[in-house]
Amino acid sequence: MKISSEIINKHGINSKEYKKIVNLIGRDPNLLELGIFSAMWNEHCSYKSSKKYLRTLPTKNSKVIQGPGENAGVIDIEDNDALVFKIESHNHPSFIEPYQGAATGVGGILRDIFTMGARPIATLNSIHFGSPSHPKTKNLLSGVVSGIGGYGNCIGIPTIGGEVKFDSSYNENILVNAMAVGLTKKNKIFYSKAEGINKSVIYVGSKTGRDGIHGASMASAEFDDDADEKKPTVQVGDPFTEKLLLEACLELMKDNSIISIQDMGAAGLTSSSVEMASKGNLGIEINLNKIPCREKKMTPYEMMLSESQERMLLIINSGKEENAKKIFTKWGLDFSVIGKTTNTKNLVLNFDEEKVADLPLTALSVDAPVYDRKWKKNSNSNKKNYPKNYQEKKLYESLQKILISPNNSEKSWIWEQYDQTVMGDSIQKPGGDSGVIRIHGKNKGVALTVDSSSHYCLANSISGGKQVVCEAWRNLISAGSTPIAITNCLNFGNPEKEEIMGQFVETIDGISQACRYLNFPVVSGNVSFYNETKNKAISPTPTIGGVGLIKNLDNVMTKNFKEIGNHILIIGKTLGHLNQSEFFREVLNFKEGPPPDTNLFNEKNNGLAILNLISNKLVSSVHDVSSGGILLALSEMGIQNKIGALIKLPKNNVKIHEYLFGEDQSRYIIEVKERNMKKTSKILKDNNIYFEKIGITQKSFIEIKNILKADLNDLEKLNKYWFNNYFNESI
Amino acid sequence: MKSSVIVFPGSNCDRDVAVALEKFKIKNEMVWHDEVALPKCDLVVLPGGFSYGDYLRTGCIASKSRIINSIVEHAKKGGLILGICNGFQILIETGLLPGTLLRNKKLKFISKNIFLKVINTDNNFCTNYKNKNIIELPIAHNEGNFFGNNNLINKLEDNNLIAFKYCDNKGKIEKESNPNGSSNNIAGILNNNKNILGMMPHPERLIDPLLSGEDGSLLFTSLLKS
Amino acid sequence: MKISVTVTLKKDVLDPQGKVVKQTLKNMGHQNIEDIRQGKYFEIEINEKDKEKAKKIIEEISVKLLSNTIIEDYTINYK
Repeated sequence: MKISSEIINKHGINSKEYKKIVNLIGRDPNLLELGIFSAMWNEHCSYKSSKKYLRTLPTKNSKVIQGPGENAGVIDIEDNDALVFKIESHNHPSFIEPYQGAATGVGGILRDIFTMGARPIATLNSIHFGSPSHPKTKNLLSGVVSGIGGYGNCIGIPTIGGEVKFDSSYNENILVNAMAVGLTKKNKIFYSKAEGINKSVIYVGSKTGRDGIHGASMASAEFDDDADEKKPTVQVGDPFTEKLLLEACLELMKDNSIISIQDMGAAGLTSSSVEMASKGNLGIEINLNKIPCREKKMTPYEMMLSESQERMLLIINSGKEENAKKIFTKWGLDFSVIGKTTNTKNLVLNFDEEKVADLPLTALSVDAPVYDRKWKKNSNSNKKNYPKNYQEKKLYESLQKILISPNNSEKSWIWEQYDQTVMGDSIQKPGGDSGVIRIHGKNKGVALTVDSSSHYCLANSISGGKQVVCEAWRNLISAGSTPIAITNCLNFGNPEKEEIMGQFVETIDGISQACRYLNFPVVSGNVSFYNETKNKAISPTPTIGGVGLIKNLDNVMTKNFKEIGNHILIIGKTLGHLNQSEFFREVLNFKEGPPPDTNLFNEKNNGLAILNLISNKLVSSVHDVSSGGILLALSEMGIQNKIGALIKLPKNNVKIHEYLFGEDQSRYIIEVKERNMKKTSKILKDNNIYFEKIGITQKSFIEIKNILKADLNDLEKLNKYWFNNYFNESI
Repeated sequence: MKSSVIVFPGSNCDRDVAVALEKFKIKNEMVWHDEVALPKCDLVVLPGGFSYGDYLRTGCIASKSRIINSIVEHAKKGGLILGICNGFQILIETGLLPGTLLRNKKLKFISKNIFLKVINTDNNFCTNYKNKNIIELPIAHNEGNFFGNNNLINKLEDNNLIAFKYCDNKGKIEKESNPNGSSNNIAGILNNNKNILGMMPHPERLIDPLLSGEDGSLLFTSLLKS
Repeated sequence: MKISVTVTLKKDVLDPQGKVVKQTLKNMGHQNIEDIRQGKYFEIEINEKDKEKAKKIIEEISVKLLSNTIIEDYTINYK
């Protein structure tokens, strides 16, 4: 019986794609099969619009054990230890139901980590909201933060870093990107590739309900006025069950029972079974009567497309099933043998003793459409474009305005809702340049950061893409770590529009250039398209999660000025780039002009020099100079210990606003004791690093002789004001 | 000294407290909630976390576990019991400690370092705080607001059964230094026989200078002394 | 006027709390408890003598605040 074109349409399959399906399987699909194609061929699962360009990203270096293509990326952090990490988006569900959308986003990314055998040791998140004055923003913000905390705290994994950004481009499309990091041994990494014929395929975890049916399709559709009708597709997370699942899986992974393991995320049982079998070049046959169901009378369609959370699919070595069942039963989880691997290379589904679907796996995976979408160049503007009278703006008032702005405000209102110290290994909590987690039982650690700069990317996608990778690199170096690799979450509008596709292509170009030059490859990530409502797209937002290694925790570095009377140096040249700066955007409301370009040569050399200084114990504090420029960086370095700076502006051709607020890249501010100055200067000179001695640390004030004197207590009050005021809470 | 750390489904600070116990040379065993009897031990620790997801009421479902009977017996015999955070909530649900732990006043989870005044140092847990009775420990909870009616609070005060109170960095006990609205700034209490301590802050998270402090260590070294 | 509102999860939505409460009761020996769903109960006293007007107000607050209409249903009980 042929399915109506309306239904085919509702499944997100266009007529060309439908023709391809018919060609691939030699007949019309039935409704269940159509649903399966709809899930596997949508953007979220197939990457059909992005694959061509994702393939151009650098994905290898000497430390990469596993690049993109698995549940998460894996890097070697020495000593037989391996770090597993990934960032993923959960944007559309979070807009509809912020608490559950964010919670299940955290749940999903955690499963991607422990499915590979790694105990999660930290999470980070990058969340983007519309303008604070937009009527939906407050509820979305508090719902998302509650949801992230509600899920992550319950499982007991520390949240060690993050970022929160506000911009009107996210008014109707918020972004929730969740990153997780886990630890395992190099010889204890579990993959999803099925191996062996006639092996039992086992379902573990929560029962299957009607949650989120076609959630993956929702992620690939823009919102329109009927966003409300998408309601039933939001899933509810159960962090308690996830904790049980985590412990049960890790317990089972202690020996060699597991051949392959895959979590059921977007498109649930469909995507997990297809991916497992097709990676192993095998077939898979499932008896749907064996699926543990939460609701009565569930249909095969519902079972295959359900996105009920907290479920995994396993293939276990023969003879080990009983022991595995014991473990999952002990932890109170469902355990059911639902099928077996075959040599047919097909996905075969049976229900009530009838075959209800039979599809070649290649049709669902490698033969999924790959599009070469038309795109338009976006990296046009390179011309400096300054508003009139910017030089009339008073420096102190400008600094105040930046410090009190939502994007630059201190965010403890948010991160105090996340447990930062559970697991007892949090060396550096949120608020610094990077979070730092100790590797349990050892004196080494990993630095973690998550960064984005959407306004740079909107102004020039190539520069923006380059810059955001360098920003992550710099943040890792500032904590004293050697950057190793990144994960990325690429959030964009509708790729079927040339302008948006252009943003995507060029951002990837920029990211690739930086990754290649810095030897800082992409090991995992995801793409989120269609972040657009009523034709208004978000600014292009690549979010970069960076990981670096600190071989000896004696060398952890922080950004706070430590002592009075130390020298302050700035590494890297300040030319004074003001377009797209916080000074122009926050103080003058001027958003035009190109972003700062990043000189990769300087970026690399400056960073390596900083690491050199840190490992030689020559610096007391390090902070990278980015958003807000030198003046904001100095304030940030002074606020915690109330040790500020007395600055004497160096003689150069740079005007004062340009010097203090310019956002030239590749720069750091360092604090150096008098007795270390000689060695420090030598190392910098020997490596041809441009630097300026700009002043000394002093008590209580950020001061520029004869120009500005700001009391750090006042600056702190300003910086802590916004969130408490927004939510009407006393500090 | 021997200890047993009870592991409930959803406990997540069990490993942290085991690390602390072992660091201070207390011989520890992890005990699954469904066991019938405790192994021979001097100290039972109910760790922090979200046992049973905090569903229904925090600590409620864990308090119905099989191992609880054995723990009550241990308490009757004068054995030591330490309940941290969720562990404190469980002790209250079992009735081994009085009062109730309500949702934080500002209705949000709070994770930060706070200051505590050690009020009662005449017990097995706090002797080593005699010379340092203003300490800093992390809290991380949603339901830490200790509440009791006036009778109970007066009884705890009069009988010196309050172990810790939230204070500022100089030891001043006032509203501003109370993170969750608990009655009289109470952060931890003892039972009548002073062999059971329930506390909301996490001593096991501050036992290392790298983690910004060691004030938690003094609790474990006090235990070793006893 | 006293009116109460009961808020429950929609039919197909996962109830993690109900699930755990049911399992605990079974462990406590109550084998014949088939299912439990946890909800919320609001007792409202409203200063409005006109029954129709009161009904409208309670409907409004039930939708706007008391229930999360994305995943919850509500029932109004007039005493």
